[in-house]
Amino acid sequence: MKSVLRGALLGAVVGLALGAGPALADTVKVGVIAPFSGPFATVGKTFKEAIEVYQAQNGKTVGGHTVQFVYKDLDQANPAQSKALAQELVVKEKVGYLAGFFFTPDALAVAPLIDEANIPAVIFNAATSAITEKSPLYVRTSFTLWQATVPLAEHVYKTGVRKVVTAVSDYGPGIDGETAFKTTFEKAGGQVVDSIRMPLKSADFAPFMQRIKDSGAEAVYAFLPAGPTTLGFAKAFNDNGLREKGIKFVGPGDITQEPDLLALGDAALGITTTFHYSAAHDSAMNKAFIAKHKELFGSSDTVTFTSAGAYDGTHLIYKMVEATDGKRDGAKAVEAVKNLAWESPRGPLKLDPASRHVTQNMYLRVVEKVDGQLVNKEIETFPNQPDYGFKGK
Amino acid sequence: METVFGIAVDGVAYGMILFIISVGLSVTLGLMRVVNLAHGAFAMVGGYIASSVMQGAGLPYELALVAAVLLTVLLALPLERLLYRRIYGSANELAQVLLTIGLCFVIVAGMNYLFGPTLKRIPLPDYLSGVVMLGPKAISAHRIFVIGAGLTALVGLWWLLERTDFGIRLRAAVDNPGMAAALGIRTERLYAATFALGTGLAAFGGVLGSELLPLEPYYALRYIVLFLAVVAVGGAGSIFGSAAAAVALGVIDTAGKYLIPNFGEFFFYTALILILFRWPHGFFKRGTA
Repeated sequence: MKSVLRGALLGAVVGLALGAGPALADTVKVGVIAPFSGPFATVGKTFKEAIEVYQAQNGKTVGGHTVQFVYKDLDQANPAQSKALAQELVVKEKVGYLAGFFFTPDALAVAPLIDEANIPAVIFNAATSAITEKSPLYVRTSFTLWQATVPLAEHVYKTGVRKVVTAVSDYGPGIDGETAFKTTFEKAGGQVVDSIRMPLKSADFAPFMQRIKDSGAEAVYAFLPAGPTTLGFAKAFNDNGLREKGIKFVGPGDITQEPDLLALGDAALGITTTFHYSAAHDSAMNKAFIAKHKELFGSSDTVTFTSAGAYDGTHLIYKMVEATDGKRDGAKAVEAVKNLAWESPRGPLKLDPASRHVTQNMYLRVVEKVDGQLVNKEIETFPNQPDYGFKGK
Repeated sequence: METVFGIAVDGVAYGMILFIISVGLSVTLGLMRVVNLAHGAFAMVGGYIASSVMQGAGLPYELALVAAVLLTVLLALPLERLLYRRIYGSANELAQVLLTIGLCFVIVAGMNYLFGPTLKRIPLPDYLSGVVMLGPKAISAHRIFVIGAGLTALVGLWWLLERTDFGIRLRAAVDNPGMAAALGIRTERLYAATFALGTGLAAFGGVLGSELLPLEPYYALRYIVLFLAVVAVGGAGSIFGSAAAAVALGVIDTAGKYLIPNFGEFFFYTALILILFRWPHGFFKRGTA
């Protein structure tokens, strides 16, 4: 009963919104759903700052339409709340676009809503491959674990390593990473000698280290949520003599994201990752981005992959507003940016028309100390990597 | 054999870290009978102080540890005066839970506001950051230091509580506050001093344990179950009980994670349930008569 009512209400509102039509030289609103408080507050901050940098560089209007961002706080993975916030943004704020989404479940929850309201959702982060299959109105400017892991597994094999152990946190993205690594590495001819799934709440990593050591592997592929868990894992890796033993430590780049490097300290030195963005990326556009960020916010220490996701997401929104002339037509907007190729602070990007996910360069990086500061130094490029995890329909 | 030895060493080391971060709670909860859910918050405050004085004022590790303990006690004493004093006594258990969890939320939000949500670190001096070989098993020097500190705290507390006037008066005041007061024991001061001891130990544990439980604003809530488990299994009021419980849980958890990692925290909590089933008051229950 309740859902019927809600559906009717939503239908009425969408009807109203469509009927209202666009005015010339109007304001197009974009609703951003992200964590702005709580343990993941840094993410929301990087989103907001990147959007503001983009607007400072490119102006707040496109094709005569002012683009205005409305921020909603969602402090943790909470699909029901995500849907409620999205509904509020669509109904009350009359936004033409949804954006943000740090966690996969939050992004998935809005699929029926964006279909019904016909507005695009630009995902700045949520990295599970399957999301964009759920609605044709999703576009994504981040990365997927498959995208980062496939070139990494191939690279590890090329360096002569044949025995690897995977150690991932026991949750969706961790298992995605484990599967991607195992599939690719075994196809290349290597052997995954042990797959360890660690509880998300682990505090002491010594037992896993002992297990890794006993497995006789030459390298460990690890994926854990950024923050305390990664820190604990990296420290245990050093403290238990695995680094001394010459075991290589590889993983997708979230584990060495820039805001955490300071806390990781020297424990992070030598960790090899593949990822789409490093704040130390050497390009004129990235330098301009970092410089503008510093000018606006006084520091660029927190610039990381979520910044790049939001910056490029904003670019897509601008392009979509331009293509639809500010009208509310999600299908047309998404159609207009399929195949769009552009230059970003992270390098060349192209939106793949089938997965609506960016095809991009993956960079092999090593954590190094440059001028006393830890950075993810890019040492090799794997160009134009698609989302290997996209199954399509 | 090497594996068994490895598990034993890691387990005991983890257990001693558990002990050192929960021994403060075994003083406030165990001895004073205050369900102090803000224990983790005090530990976190201690850690943040150590981190700031090291990176801001450039103090060495040892001095930062002392500063953290003293400053945390200084910050906590007004709280004892204004809040905790009102909720002493076993009749107030619900009030204790509500007040201290509320305090915990306030401190979490305050730390998040003041220091931001990112991780803070306490850099180790060189002599603690290396690796020591125990036969075939590598273990970090810091863990050995923590084990030593834990043993010192254990013996020190035993001496303080069992062999000094202070300990005798405290035990008297907890068991029968009315009678103790009638005999001329100044229970209010005694409680304040014990509370200071508890928060000081919390800060001590927060600093020493930060290698294992990294400092961030949600520290206070994230690890509270761990602290409570150790004290519950050890038995209220028994310092030796807490130590035994911490080591037992540490070894069981380490062995479980090594042998069947997919089971996660299963072994830790199963052990917790079974131990409490067999000894509902924990390993060592202090006689109340």
